[in-house]
Amino acid sequence: MDFGRISRRHLLQGSAALSLGAAVGVRPAFAAETTIGFIYVGSRDDYGYNQAHAQGAAALKKIPGLKVVEEEKVPETDAVEKTIESMINLDGATLLFPTSFGYYNPHTTKMATKYPKLRFEHCGGLWTDKDPKNAGSYFGYIDEAQYISGIVAGHTSKSGKLGFVAAKPIPQVLRNINAFTLGARLANPKATTQVIFTGDWSMPVKEAEATNSLIDQGVDVLTCHVDGPKTMVENAARRGAMVCGYHCNQSALAPKAYLTGAEWNWEALYPKFVKMIAAGQEIPNFYRGGLKEEIVKVSSYGEAVSAEARKHADDIKAKLTAGNYVIFKGPITDNKGKTVIAAGTERGQQDPELEKMDYLVEGVIGATS
Amino acid sequence: MADGSIGLWTVPLAVFGGAIRVSTPFLFVSLGECITERSGRINLGLEGTLVMGAMSAYGISYLSGSPWLGVLAAGVTGALLGALHAGICSLPRVNDIAVGIALMLFGTGLAFYLGKPLIEPTAPRLPAIDFGWWSDIPQVRAALRINVMFLIGVALAPILYWAFRTTRWGLLIRTVGESSDAARAMGHSVLLIRLRATMVGGFLAGIGGSFLSLFYPGSWNEGLSSGQGITAVALVIFARWDPMLCLWASLAFGGAAALGPALQSVGVTSGYHLFNAAPYILTLAIMIITCSPKRTLTGAPAELSITR
Repeated sequence: MDFGRISRRHLLQGSAALSLGAAVGVRPAFAAETTIGFIYVGSRDDYGYNQAHAQGAAALKKIPGLKVVEEEKVPETDAVEKTIESMINLDGATLLFPTSFGYYNPHTTKMATKYPKLRFEHCGGLWTDKDPKNAGSYFGYIDEAQYISGIVAGHTSKSGKLGFVAAKPIPQVLRNINAFTLGARLANPKATTQVIFTGDWSMPVKEAEATNSLIDQGVDVLTCHVDGPKTMVENAARRGAMVCGYHCNQSALAPKAYLTGAEWNWEALYPKFVKMIAAGQEIPNFYRGGLKEEIVKVSSYGEAVSAEARKHADDIKAKLTAGNYVIFKGPITDNKGKTVIAAGTERGQQDPELEKMDYLVEGVIGATS
Repeated sequence: MADGSIGLWTVPLAVFGGAIRVSTPFLFVSLGECITERSGRINLGLEGTLVMGAMSAYGISYLSGSPWLGVLAAGVTGALLGALHAGICSLPRVNDIAVGIALMLFGTGLAFYLGKPLIEPTAPRLPAIDFGWWSDIPQVRAALRINVMFLIGVALAPILYWAFRTTRWGLLIRTVGESSDAARAMGHSVLLIRLRATMVGGFLAGIGGSFLSLFYPGSWNEGLSSGQGITAVALVIFARWDPMLCLWASLAFGGAAALGPALQSVGVTSGYHLFNAAPYILTLAIMIITCSPKRTLTGAPAELSITR
């Protein structure tokens, strides 16, 4: 469906402001509802990446006139094309959210070429100008929220030793580890982050072992970047350590140990997308942002967070939200002593250099290979 | 020590703690498979049984509030899946390995389907016994928080070893496994004995699954097993169908699984992919050391489809 051609007049003609399908009339066969398809790579209640997207989908379900269809555990193969086809042809979906990184190329792009009138919004920030115009890619700078988690962790840790259970040393993960550490060292310049890579996105036994080893080393605040933070959160809380969450809010799993967390804010972004479409605006093909753009958010603080930590974190959060704070500001040295960002250089949120990150900053104990 | 860190001692302690924490599912599945294979059948479906056991234990524990009821439910589920395997294999010209692969897919698929609503809730967990009361080092105390299921598993290995040698039932299972003709001539029903052996094997594997979801890592999610059931089946061959060797092999695998994270935590960060692969390297090494071109695998039941 060509959303770009919806005029205000067309919109008013529709019975409800959001009944896009009928309003445009490209597909007269289906009812006055717009169907939006969501595709997840894992289970949508994993307390992690997929749940964050499902919460965004749930926000859309509340809007009258929108129908949401979902499919879970779709592998990053041809299977996603079949799912997209069936969502389009059987459910009449006109806007699709293939939410996993590996869905994009060649699957989503192929479908976008095949169905040029429908809109595809992929999560992962992979769109280039060679790709179809009806396929967009969006992503969030969640390292900003990790930075806030780091500040809270740095204030709360008694030993000054923080732990990070990570899946793989790819730029996005390294950026989170580095932002978390820089935040922690803002609060406590002597703080260190011990990182353990488990090797894959979902390895519950390894994640539990990593959590235990970190705590054995004297680490008392942990966070992670794996698909399902549940294992780390529960096992750390059992050992009496504090945790910062990731992807979505895990405070229900460990109410006493949960300090704060870096969350996606898809429930703010997805309704925004739908409103942009309804208002006839084009969604930029390459859409990204952080706290300021409300694409990521910080969990509300747990009871163990001191007033001092809250104040410090809120202060920096306000600056990030206002858009006048730079996390990766030189001089920054890596943990081997090499200067990676020279004094006087500021690498802002959107700096493409940050997407190539292959180092761990000073204060991180660990190696990228 | 003042800051609560124990430095390099973390590594041996983590391997020791890991041997206790991680080995239990390996132990139960491999002992169960040992019984099944001694009767002359291979049940490759134990990966599915393990995952089904984990899911049903978590579900029952959550609904009833009693984790022990969950363990029982896991065992019963496992026994039913074992009965299904044995039942299908009783039909003429059915390959037990193929049925096992089918049941592995069936078990995991069914567990993911039924377990969907169980990912979010938190079920009551199995209690741990604190054997570390004598130590004032928190790391040692944590490593010695041992679940009673581990102790049951450890006790079960010598009991099985003894039972295979001396009890009537043990000898009968071995007879069926070594020569079904001899068992038939003695007037025993081969199929019935194999059915029972597979059901007991499934029961133990199901219990192994309940340990995963109710004790360590201690929650239900779809990546929970990540191939541990299949590894445990391979362990049986590696342990030469001997329950005592199954115990040592399980402990070694558990300890090896803890090695990668522990080394990273003390700062040995290069080559962690290699250390994460430690259990598999260990298997290969032992296989190479113990194999010989001059003879077949010692201890292999003669009726197994891989040796026949």
